[in-house]
Amino acid sequence: MFVTLDSISLNQPVQITAIPASAISPKLTEMGLTKGQKITAIFKAPFGDPIAYEINGNVISMRKEEAMHIEVQVA
Amino acid sequence: MKIALLGNPNTGKSSIFNMLTGLRQQVGNFPGVTVEKKQGDIKTKTGIHQLIDFPGTYSIFARALDEQIVEDVLLNIQHTDYPDAIIYVADAANLERNLLFFTQLYDSGFPIVLVLNMWDRAQQKGLKIDTELLQKQFPLANIVRATARVSIGKSRIIQAIDTLQKGKNTPFFDFNLDELQTDHAQTENTNARLEKLRQLGIVQDLQIKAPNRSNRLDQILTHRIYGYLIFSAVLLIIFQFIFSFASIPMDFIDSQFVQLSSWIANLLPEGVLSKLISQGLIPGIGGVLVFVPQIAILFFFISLLEESGYLSRVVFIMDRLMRPFGLNGKSVVPLLSSVACAIPGIMSARTISDWKERLITILVAPFMSCSARIPVYTLLISLVIPKTYIAGVLNLQGIVLFGLYLLGIVFALATAVILKLLIKSGKPGFHVMELPDYKTPRLYNVGLTVYEKVKIFIFDAGKIIVAISILLWALASYGPNSRENNLSKLRQKANYTAANQAQQQELESSLLLSQSYIGHFGKWMEPVIKPLGYDWKIGIALLSSFAAREVFVGSLATIYSVGNDTDNNKRLVQKLKDEKYEDGSSVYSLATGGSLLIFYVFAMQCMATLAVVKRETNSWKWPLIQLAFMGIIAYLSAFIVYQLLS
Repeated sequence: MFVTLDSISLNQPVQITAIPASAISPKLTEMGLTKGQKITAIFKAPFGDPIAYEINGNVISMRKEEAMHIEVQVA
Repeated sequence: MKIALLGNPNTGKSSIFNMLTGLRQQVGNFPGVTVEKKQGDIKTKTGIHQLIDFPGTYSIFARALDEQIVEDVLLNIQHTDYPDAIIYVADAANLERNLLFFTQLYDSGFPIVLVLNMWDRAQQKGLKIDTELLQKQFPLANIVRATARVSIGKSRIIQAIDTLQKGKNTPFFDFNLDELQTDHAQTENTNARLEKLRQLGIVQDLQIKAPNRSNRLDQILTHRIYGYLIFSAVLLIIFQFIFSFASIPMDFIDSQFVQLSSWIANLLPEGVLSKLISQGLIPGIGGVLVFVPQIAILFFFISLLEESGYLSRVVFIMDRLMRPFGLNGKSVVPLLSSVACAIPGIMSARTISDWKERLITILVAPFMSCSARIPVYTLLISLVIPKTYIAGVLNLQGIVLFGLYLLGIVFALATAVILKLLIKSGKPGFHVMELPDYKTPRLYNVGLTVYEKVKIFIFDAGKIIVAISILLWALASYGPNSRENNLSKLRQKANYTAANQAQQQELESSLLLSQSYIGHFGKWMEPVIKPLGYDWKIGIALLSSFAAREVFVGSLATIYSVGNDTDNNKRLVQKLKDEKYEDGSSVYSLATGGSLLIFYVFAMQCMATLAVVKRETNSWKWPLIQLAFMGIIAYLSAFIVYQLLS
């Protein structure tokens, strides 16, 4: 059973398991989001959306509907 | 040699550009698209080279409008901007991901300088970068370190340009463009490339984590209460600066141009040429320059906030709020800036990478009540809204003013929703973005941004503004031959001969304007504006205030022969209150005044904004559509208000 990146709790490192093909998957890959990478949700905007994640020491922000495209498991 | 400057967003690419070219830069658009193209010269031992700054992208393959130009240029050897060499800027603190695009360029065979920028930050983060290993993998690339924010690395980069090696390199990874046509194939290739880069072990994390300043600040700046409070405070400061300080240089520019006009008029022999220059051209140029203080102040703050890293947090906390209107967090700054002036607001919409969202932001921005509407609102409110208090404390005039601002905001957002449904878009919007670390802004970069924006406005939009203002001046200053006869008739009338010299002057100006071409046009269109409660005199003021909204007040003053001077506002209000139709009813009734107020909330009465929209959308199509829909909304709502109140 996998979860998607939009539903993980804060400060809980997870590992990307898959990014199924979609309209935004090429760009996500190019931004360094690939299978096996560790990623942590670090803070959320008011109303819980978008969410800021730390990956490789950098912070990126993503809308929930975009984070939904990334499958993860707790590392 | 033509050199392209490429790299991911947030790598300090523009700092590198500024460091290498200094003030020798030109800003324009890439041919046929509204993507900013900055160009500058670099002097090296081998000669002067042309450096072209491209938008920051993550890959050679385009995923958005801004990125398309990068793909178009790099994959087309015939393109006028096709480079002979590349300077690639990489963020040393996030090297592996940054190297992806670099390897694509390396494998495409471009001679390339690889700049490992933000070297200081990589060290603070405890990252050890094996540059020798990197050089071994990419033997033909010239690799240099830099920290452009503090101007370190300039001579190294310049030296690297001169020693660039051409030749057939061994590709880092298979890169056959013919096989990389689909998204799927491209993504597979990217994945494999990134995997190979990570396997190399160029970057070693020494695990001496520096205290994470960003994260603690972020907890406060993106907090659901403090976040918005702090943003409001920042806005308040910016608007304070614009409203209290911009007027000083604006008034100065105004008065200097008035003086220049009269000086020229005295200098040149009397005639058409002298009038054209002193009354048409010079006030036209003044009308362009008068916007400069507002543009400069706004961009000073915007780029200060952007440099510091705070602006991306504003986008972060505002994104969810703007989404229902088809906009995103990046629309907030353009829309709020438009409360001061739509021109810098629209110019700042460039940061919105999604074309459809950018276009919608540009189209609705002029609905926000700008500072030029204030003189119109104040005059009309003091004219028709009684100074009564509601519930003993709330000033009715204040409430109306507040309501007008609110109406502008509501219509901006509502129109955005409608436009979202009407405008087609090619690619879906993509809102993943980096939140860069907080940094102390560099005033040099801020100053250059201000300088460039002002330059773009003066030279690109300025031409159109000067042309339209000369046209409007000609229509208001010339008229059919009958005008001269009527002037001599006026001079024989009793009320004229009895008046003092100043009053005579005022009577003459009034007659000349109302019998000018604009005056005739105002009378001719009276039937059209009658249902809104306007007579031909208001028609003339509406037409001439197309130059800028505040001209409305001055035009009315001329028509009603009270001197064209703000001190005369009281005289003007009195005169307008006394103005009666033949049947004895007031011309400026509550219904007419209300209808005019609403008209000015909605109508696109600003040629400078249209000129800027033309520049930012690269065609006359969108400014004309904007002029039309704002005009229709203004007309219909003014009609409704007049019919309801009368």
